[in-house]
Amino acid sequence: MSLQGKVALVTGASRGIGAAIAEALAAEGAKVIGTATSEAGAAAIGERLAAQGGVGMVLNVGEEGAIEALIDTIAKEYGDIAILVNNAGITRDGLLMRMKDEDWDAIMDTNLRSVFKASKAVLRGMMKARWGRIVNIASVVGAMGNAGQTNYAAAKAGIMGFTKSMAREVGSRNITVNCVAPGFIDTDMTRALPEAQREMLVQQIALGRLGDAKDIADAVGFLASDRAAYITGQTLHVNGGMLMP
Amino acid sequence: MENIEQRVKKIVAEQLGVNEAEVKIESSFVDDLGADSLDTVELVMALEEEFECEIPDEEAEKITTVQQAIDFVNAHLNK
Repeated sequence: MSLQGKVALVTGASRGIGAAIAEALAAEGAKVIGTATSEAGAAAIGERLAAQGGVGMVLNVGEEGAIEALIDTIAKEYGDIAILVNNAGITRDGLLMRMKDEDWDAIMDTNLRSVFKASKAVLRGMMKARWGRIVNIASVVGAMGNAGQTNYAAAKAGIMGFTKSMAREVGSRNITVNCVAPGFIDTDMTRALPEAQREMLVQQIALGRLGDAKDIADAVGFLASDRAAYITGQTLHVNGGMLMP
Repeated sequence: MENIEQRVKKIVAEQLGVNEAEVKIESSFVDDLGADSLDTVELVMALEEEFECEIPDEEAEKITTVQQAIDFVNAHLNK
């Protein structure tokens, strides 16, 4: 139970990778707060994490002031956040020639701006504690590109650059900032892809299969732990050998 | 109750990890007390908490010495 007593915030924890991360951190003893965009989603998270003392809360990362308000509430009720996992993300795929401004902006707000807002909001507590772990969920697409995902890839690559800069800023306070870049993971997000595209993608994976959400959660759990104390500013690629950067 | 000067000096000493005796009224955080840019941000945060006030960024940038910190607190508390 290496994370015993630590408060962890996982955004977008109602399903897929986020849900697996929340469970993995809770299993290590962390007090996990998982967020969802709906009341029902938050309630479901609360139920899943109840045995380990975790809770679900509503958060729409795109809503102005919502992240700060939530982090304030958590600090008052449970104490300062020691572990932040910026996982919440959406897709608005489309070829660039047809991409609408709204599709670009929605991705930047939800996938990139939220990382800035949440990371900034937790920093005061982490600096005072002289201990902190921020793990940002990027994507293999941010490193290799993907037709139809200029917006998503730009946001994910943006997260990687943000991570490196922030790691340099706060390293002296024993706060590490890293990315986990999932490859092709079996979630609702990838199940939405056409079957032919899924098959083509699997052929590019050295291990010959899609990843499981737990594969990502294990990597996040490692980076959040003291075992990863000397790792910062890195992107850990968990993609079954789909990309070897 | 300690006076403002003593409280400011105490916070500066704590935040910058220096001996309180080294903290003079004219001390510059960066030049005399070895603070880096992140230290100065943390110092302002600590002052905000101690004196229960909010120090806007443009004001915070002007606080580079112990005297300036005391002046800011005095001006703020008198309001």
